[in-house]
Amino acid sequence: MGRFILSRLLQAIPVLLVVITATFFLVRAAPGGPFSAEKIVPPEVVKALEARYKLDQPMWQQYFSYLNDLAHGEFGPSFRYPGRSVNELILGGLPTTAELAFYAMLVAIFIGACAGVMAALKPNTPQDYIPMSAAMLGICMPSFLMGPLLVLIFGVWLEWLPVSGWGDLPGDKILPAITLGTGYAAYIARLSRGGMLEVMSQDYIRTARAKGLPEWVVVLKHGLRGGLIPVVAFLGPAFAGLLSGSFVVETIFQIPGLGRFYVQAAFNRDYTMILGTTVFFAALIVLFNLLSDIIAVWINPKLRHQLREGR
Amino acid sequence: MPLLTVNDLTTHFHTRAGVVKAVDGVSFSVDQGQTLAIVGESGSGKSVACYSLLKLIPQPPGKIESGTALFDGRDLLSLSEKQLRKVRGNDIAIIFQDPMTSLNPYLTVGEQLIEPLLYHRDMARKQALQRAVEILGEVGIVEPEKRVHSYPHEFSGGMRQRVMIAMALIAEPKLLICDEPTTALDVTIQAQILKLIRELQQRRNIAVIFITHDLAVVADIADTVAVMKEGRIVEQGSVDAIFNHTQHDYTKKLLASIPKGAKPIPARIEDQPLLSIHGLSTTFRDHSGSFLKREQKLVRAVDDVSLDIQHGEILGLVGESGSGKSTLGRSILGLVPTSGGSVVFDGIDLTGMSGKQMTPLRRRMQMIFQDPYASLNPRMTVFDALAEPLLYHKLATRKTVTKEVLALMDDVGLARASIRKYPHEFSGGQRQRIAVGRAIATKPELVIADEPVSALDVTIQAQILKLILQLVEKHNLTMLFISHDLSVVRYMSDRIAVMHHGKLVETGETETLFAQPQHDYTRQLLSAIPLLDGPIAVMV
Repeated sequence: MGRFILSRLLQAIPVLLVVITATFFLVRAAPGGPFSAEKIVPPEVVKALEARYKLDQPMWQQYFSYLNDLAHGEFGPSFRYPGRSVNELILGGLPTTAELAFYAMLVAIFIGACAGVMAALKPNTPQDYIPMSAAMLGICMPSFLMGPLLVLIFGVWLEWLPVSGWGDLPGDKILPAITLGTGYAAYIARLSRGGMLEVMSQDYIRTARAKGLPEWVVVLKHGLRGGLIPVVAFLGPAFAGLLSGSFVVETIFQIPGLGRFYVQAAFNRDYTMILGTTVFFAALIVLFNLLSDIIAVWINPKLRHQLREGR
Repeated sequence: MPLLTVNDLTTHFHTRAGVVKAVDGVSFSVDQGQTLAIVGESGSGKSVACYSLLKLIPQPPGKIESGTALFDGRDLLSLSEKQLRKVRGNDIAIIFQDPMTSLNPYLTVGEQLIEPLLYHRDMARKQALQRAVEILGEVGIVEPEKRVHSYPHEFSGGMRQRVMIAMALIAEPKLLICDEPTTALDVTIQAQILKLIRELQQRRNIAVIFITHDLAVVADIADTVAVMKEGRIVEQGSVDAIFNHTQHDYTKKLLASIPKGAKPIPARIEDQPLLSIHGLSTTFRDHSGSFLKREQKLVRAVDDVSLDIQHGEILGLVGESGSGKSTLGRSILGLVPTSGGSVVFDGIDLTGMSGKQMTPLRRRMQMIFQDPYASLNPRMTVFDALAEPLLYHKLATRKTVTKEVLALMDDVGLARASIRKYPHEFSGGQRQRIAVGRAIATKPELVIADEPVSALDVTIQAQILKLILQLVEKHNLTMLFISHDLSVVRYMSDRIAVMHHGKLVETGETETLFAQPQHDYTRQLLSAIPLLDGPIAVMV
């Protein structure tokens, strides 16, 4: 197991390097720069600023000094928020984004798994068609449509839930979590339906029924574990996706999370901020993929056995 | 009074293609302490009939149309789902065919064993586990205290079937249904499992319904026999009546299709080897052991084997699975890299030949594989499958190929009209005919047949074996016939070689070897097959 984790971590290094390199040069290739604002700034000032942030150095020199900073865990200073480092900004926004992603994840797993399992138990009946059509709709509907729609219905018309904000009102986390989680719920529903359908046709399910077990024991104890393996494998990338994909939802609901910094950084050509968040998200994606692989091994005794044997 | 009396049971499957009468008015009964064998080919409805009793068939499409099943004074077929649940695993338990897939891979065997006790007896977990350990010991699992916490994949096939038996018996049912419990197992293990079921039955005095396609097994264990065909019971009676006073033609056909008996040494054999193997070894690396102390153990799958096959001879190669017999077949054709020794084919040394050098020789050496489902490309029609080797080895041109393929189809007994069909449109037996056709398409001299009939029903087996024998005669083939089934090998082979743990332990003329086995392992192998002596010897 140790070797498996180590080798996966080593594989992550070239992946991250490619991400860093591509982002580094792409943001600099985009027209405009961090200090080219509408307001005319005296050339001396621009020069001084560029010198301060090492933008006057040759490109390759900037690149290697950035890599050097990264190796020391430093994302560098932000260009647009003077006096604050990218590290501070990321750490400041992360808890909010993580909280949102966590709720969205709960929504996604709960709705998705329930719908998928329900559909799989009675395939090709209304109990299958209705949740699966809803899932298809959920996958197709982008969050910038879903969000305002939910706000319109539950916030404006019914006045049940707050329309935006974060942490001020008791119900204000519900709509963002649902908006962010829906797409993933739909995906999980389809995965768990497929997984459960396959498992429920296995011989060992028939064995369980032949033992006279109640149907809920057959489904929950004998079926679910195998049926949800595809879902577990998806959870890691999904959580990373929720974290990095939250900026649309954060913008709609005015949530002070990481995603909004990210979008603003892109508009502002805040090179270090863009780079920092991109690298941070890339690392998260790698990490969560690894985590979900480890969990997938852990719940499957056969794989667990093989890894222990060093195969 | 019988323990179970089934009357006029009818189960239909309502599919899009129409109604399939899987079970069509079946009546049978079984007494306490007795064994009823239900015999029939796959698709004859024998399993569906038994699963219908407990409503374990998929509904829909299945539907129990009519009938009664009196068990202990109650009609099983009119019980509610809840009442029936109390019968399943408690009064009536089932042992399924394939122990590899019938146990839940995600739960320990202990967890699966105790479920009937938890749900039917309201027993505490700790006590139930204690009982599980006891019964595992009873079915012959070594160190049951430890093994109870193992997962199914840590057991071999035979051991898993023992676990299944333990699971069926743990709640002490009155009736045990065994659905082909030994079909997926090796002969030696088959004998052990049958013995175990018989012992447990006698000890507990329970009734057993034994579903099987293998008449040889029936003679060994049953008191009464019901023969099923196309959803109906065509004949039933005592074992003696079925085997010695056979009434129905179908039963006679089933009995006749059990491969058996001696045969004279045919004239086709020339006293000159076509294939000489000398000191052949094939080793695989085994990556077991902990990951810090990784030992690279070498497994000798084939270990210093020397063997001659004469022109025109059929040499049977027997051994249990894992004995290296398939690997030997593949090593001869160079399909796996060998690690020592030589293979000489018709005076040409094949050892160390490159793929390119082998190409013209490949035409002369062909292989028939075990599984006609897996070894045919599902996206190639019969024509494609048979034309490919002909065109590749330039034995036919684009113009003549259709004629050649049709001739081949005649040879292997496939209807000419099915030339454009895909493999899935054929039955298992017909598919194996395609596979045989493909193997002989290149007019080979040597054919290696690796368990060519073990995936087929008995009557189909007999047809395919007969076909292979005909083709050997007609095309003057030399054959290495690999099988774990001794009666099949005896029927086919002129000479038999026995393999055990990668080594050749004995070779001999077929009948000599059966009459006077020299090696201990051969004797063990021979004693393990449920041989047709007693009532069936009359048939031979």
